[in-house]
Amino acid sequence: MGPSSIFSPISTPAYRINDVAILVLVISLGIFMVVAGLLAFAVVRFRRLRADDDSEPPQVYGSDPIEFAWTVAPFLIVFVLALATTRTIYEVQAVTKPPGALDVSVIGHQWWWEFRYPDLGVVTANELHVPVSDPADPTPTFLRLESADVVHSFWVPQLAGKTDVIPNRVNEMWIDPQAAGLYLGQCAEFCGTQHARMLLRVYVHPRAEFDAWIATQKAAAVQENSVAAGRRVFETTACVNCHSVDGTIATGRFGPDLTHLMSRDTIAAGAARNTVENLRLWVDQPDAIKPGALMPAMKLEHEDLDQLVAYLASLR
Amino acid sequence: MSEPASHAAVWELPDRGRVGIFGVIIAESAIFLIFVVAYLYYIGKSLSGPLPDVLETPILASIVLLSSSVTISLAVRALRRGQRGAFVLWWGLTFALGAAFLGLTAVEWQRLIYDRGLTIATNLFGTSYYSLVGLHASHVIVGLVMLGTVLCLGLFGHMRSEHAERTEVLSYYWHFVDGVWVVVFTVVYVIGR
Amino acid sequence: MSTTQDSLTLSRPAGVSLPLLGRLHGWVVTVDHKRLGLMYIASGLVFFVVAGLEASVMRFQLAVPNNDFVSPQVFNRMMTLHGTTMVFFVGMPILLGFGNYLVPLMIGARDMAFPRLNAFSFWLSLFGGLLLYFSFIGAEGLYGGGSAPDVGWFAYAPLTSRAFSRGNSTDYWTLGLLVSGIGSIGTAVNLIATTLSMRCPGMSLTKMPLFVWLYFVVACQILIVISPLTAAQIMLLLDRFLGAHFFDTQAGGSAVLWQHFFWIFGHPEVYVLILPGFAFASEIIPVFSRKVIFGYPIMVAATVSIGFVSLSVWAHHMFAVGMAPASNTFFAFSTMIIAVPTGIKIFNWLGTIWGGKIRFHAPMLFCIGFLFQFLCAGLTGIMLAVVPFDWQLTDSYFVVAHFHYVLIGGLLFTIFAALYYWFPKATGRMLDGRLGRWHFWLFTIGFNLTFGPQHISGILGMPRRIYTYDAGRGWEIYNLVSSIGVLFQAAGVLFLLWNIARSLRRGAIAGGDPWDAWTLEWSTTSPPPEYNFAEVPTVRSRRPLWDLKHPHDPDWKYE
Repeated sequence: MGPSSIFSPISTPAYRINDVAILVLVISLGIFMVVAGLLAFAVVRFRRLRADDDSEPPQVYGSDPIEFAWTVAPFLIVFVLALATTRTIYEVQAVTKPPGALDVSVIGHQWWWEFRYPDLGVVTANELHVPVSDPADPTPTFLRLESADVVHSFWVPQLAGKTDVIPNRVNEMWIDPQAAGLYLGQCAEFCGTQHARMLLRVYVHPRAEFDAWIATQKAAAVQENSVAAGRRVFETTACVNCHSVDGTIATGRFGPDLTHLMSRDTIAAGAARNTVENLRLWVDQPDAIKPGALMPAMKLEHEDLDQLVAYLASLR
Repeated sequence: MSEPASHAAVWELPDRGRVGIFGVIIAESAIFLIFVVAYLYYIGKSLSGPLPDVLETPILASIVLLSSSVTISLAVRALRRGQRGAFVLWWGLTFALGAAFLGLTAVEWQRLIYDRGLTIATNLFGTSYYSLVGLHASHVIVGLVMLGTVLCLGLFGHMRSEHAERTEVLSYYWHFVDGVWVVVFTVVYVIGR
Repeated sequence: MSTTQDSLTLSRPAGVSLPLLGRLHGWVVTVDHKRLGLMYIASGLVFFVVAGLEASVMRFQLAVPNNDFVSPQVFNRMMTLHGTTMVFFVGMPILLGFGNYLVPLMIGARDMAFPRLNAFSFWLSLFGGLLLYFSFIGAEGLYGGGSAPDVGWFAYAPLTSRAFSRGNSTDYWTLGLLVSGIGSIGTAVNLIATTLSMRCPGMSLTKMPLFVWLYFVVACQILIVISPLTAAQIMLLLDRFLGAHFFDTQAGGSAVLWQHFFWIFGHPEVYVLILPGFAFASEIIPVFSRKVIFGYPIMVAATVSIGFVSLSVWAHHMFAVGMAPASNTFFAFSTMIIAVPTGIKIFNWLGTIWGGKIRFHAPMLFCIGFLFQFLCAGLTGIMLAVVPFDWQLTDSYFVVAHFHYVLIGGLLFTIFAALYYWFPKATGRMLDGRLGRWHFWLFTIGFNLTFGPQHISGILGMPRRIYTYDAGRGWEIYNLVSSIGVLFQAAGVLFLLWNIARSLRRGAIAGGDPWDAWTLEWSTTSPPPEYNFAEVPTVRSRRPLWDLKHPHDPDWKYE
């Protein structure tokens, strides 16, 4: 089993899906064995033998009882499946939000994910952090899905089925991960050139750890004097048109919020590990990491680039 | 395979021309249905711009167009009876009525565009209105091309009563276009306002 | 034309130029349904090779993680063109070609109802395909963002709007399909009029071969469902060129509306594609089992009900869009219901084989492969109808595997069967049986190697339409095996093409009825004369030639 198998659920929607999936798989396997078995038998048993006299076999035009039986049986099977399907649909979709739920607003962009925690005043990108949920006293996370441009789809198989992220439409889904850890997913609706590298990382934390993470995210942006030159480069270049850093003049929303950039493990929506070398490469030549990305090559002088990267690397 | 004596019954099948035109009508109806669905879906959803109250109910245009269904039926009947002069008269009148309908539509659109500032790009209403009415009008134009061709043939004396069957098949297309207008009228001027 | 003039003339190497020009001219201006049918099939096979190469590029890129064989831009064009070409310029033409060739022959008619419309429809279809491929060189367009379309074969809005698809690539997609769609509608009208108005005496609707019934339902479907695509494409063109807002979400337009319109076309379209495959199987399986088709009336009823129900299932492509639970439930029900008549057909084919004397010629080999693989396809389809399971599986490689089992494992296998079965009728020569077996085994192994593992990579979370993936997701081995399968499939297809080329010149002479079959096309010479039948036949049962061959035990005593 790979890290993102739909058969390794750890959240209620994924569990419910897993249950109904096993049911339909078992039924399908049964049907397959019967029908394929009969086919295989027929193909072997009724082959023309070498010693055949080439007479035509008895012509059977039909059989009402047999045809009746094999019409009714599939209907019954389908009926059972339909009932199980309906129940699971409602179990997953028709859910009321409990009071302890966490609200997260997900905004899909070409080709990165924006995450906002409206009640907590936190904004981040590509890496979603949520608290673990105890089945006895659930603390689910409810996601509100919107798109800034084209249709995307939010899919982390171990947590839930996918839900599309559509412009001019608000979709909702929920997860209640019951085991801490890192869960992988990615955009699942073709959205253009870099659809393949619009990855998702969901970090599920025990409560205390989650609160600590929130605290670091809410903290003001780091202001180190040693990187003041880099900060000046940042604020006087086009960076501010697309990005935001708390406490600076940068309030752009086309690209990810960078206030706590270094708290993330990856950059470019998972296309590269978040290291200083990769940051430098990303700012200098985005196409080297993610060809076709909408981040322009900034064409900075060497010294400016070094200072800027040093500044970015300070944004913990 | 041949059983001459036991198949005394006459073997009659539907006329292929009629089947063909019904097939075309079904396909065209499906296209119109989608535009109607889009129109209905977008009622009330425009974010800005002129609304359906800027429309003026096209009573005259409707009378003109629907009468042309009557005149074309009379034309076909005349041709069937070999009354070639009457055929040309009624057929020509049908053509004129169709052209008049287009003219009235053009006048309406001029008013909407220049007086009310409503174009296909203005808002959702403009988009769905012009596309639906325009799709219908384009079918009227195609119909007029076909009617005009037959009219020329008639004026030069080439239409005879043996052509009545094919002419009737063509008239079905024209009736279809008129029928679509009834639907468009209902959706745009009755339901949509 | 002399009585020995046939519908397929072999072109000799360049000797005297005028006869060659004359022959080409004959093909270009023909309105003969047989020649048009052959041209449909030939053009479909050419596009098949092209689309197969496109898929090979994709599989080569995906064989290993983080590959850079092609850029994402090129991959996305390959992905779009592969799907678009296979559906519209391989599937539709080949199937309409077979229909064109065989329906008039099977009903004892001399041609289709509207021969000139027939020719017009063919050339429109071909032109649409050429227009689509012209995009490689012609689409620089606005802002220079051109080349072939790269928006996926279902071209979801608003990715296709001017804002997100610069240049004219999307316009070539739209126009190419618009044009060929009109051609398809023309052929559908022709098939319906031919079937209703030109059957020979004695052939009531209940005495038509199943092939004709299936094509009749297909033609009715085409009439109703190509039009929604045409309408949606007109709307897209209005958006892109006249500033309309049909799918402009900034102006309040709806992206989901495109999806509804597209899938109202798109789902019945896949039934339009597979029903002719059922038609081939329903003619071939009986002949090679030496038995009448089991349960003709039910087969007809199942076909008609598939035709109707297929119009009500479209939103099962949209289960992840966020529709209300009631809508999801409705479409789950309708999708599961359509599985019933489809499954019944498999049982009826099984019932036909049962008690027969099976001859394993190439057509039958491919039909047997079809039965197993289509069974798999149907079962994965049931899984996808279980909405919550679909929330995981949709847009993943599981769906890719599912529909390739339907379209390759199902449809393409029956097309191969049909090629081997009717090639002798069209050309007067047999395709080589040994080469046919090589083709069958290589292709079967290759097909299952490529698409079997994709079920698993989908289950492991691999979405579709990605040009690359990271190592460590657990997908590597399945992608590698999948890519290796391409080599076997390509080898199989090469055997087929070699078989065709060789047999056209040196194949065994077939005679009128090489398979000892029972429908009217086998009562003519191979190839048939231009006028098909010297004397319009009169029939009394569903298997007129069976009656002739078994005068003491004719079908009409039992039907």
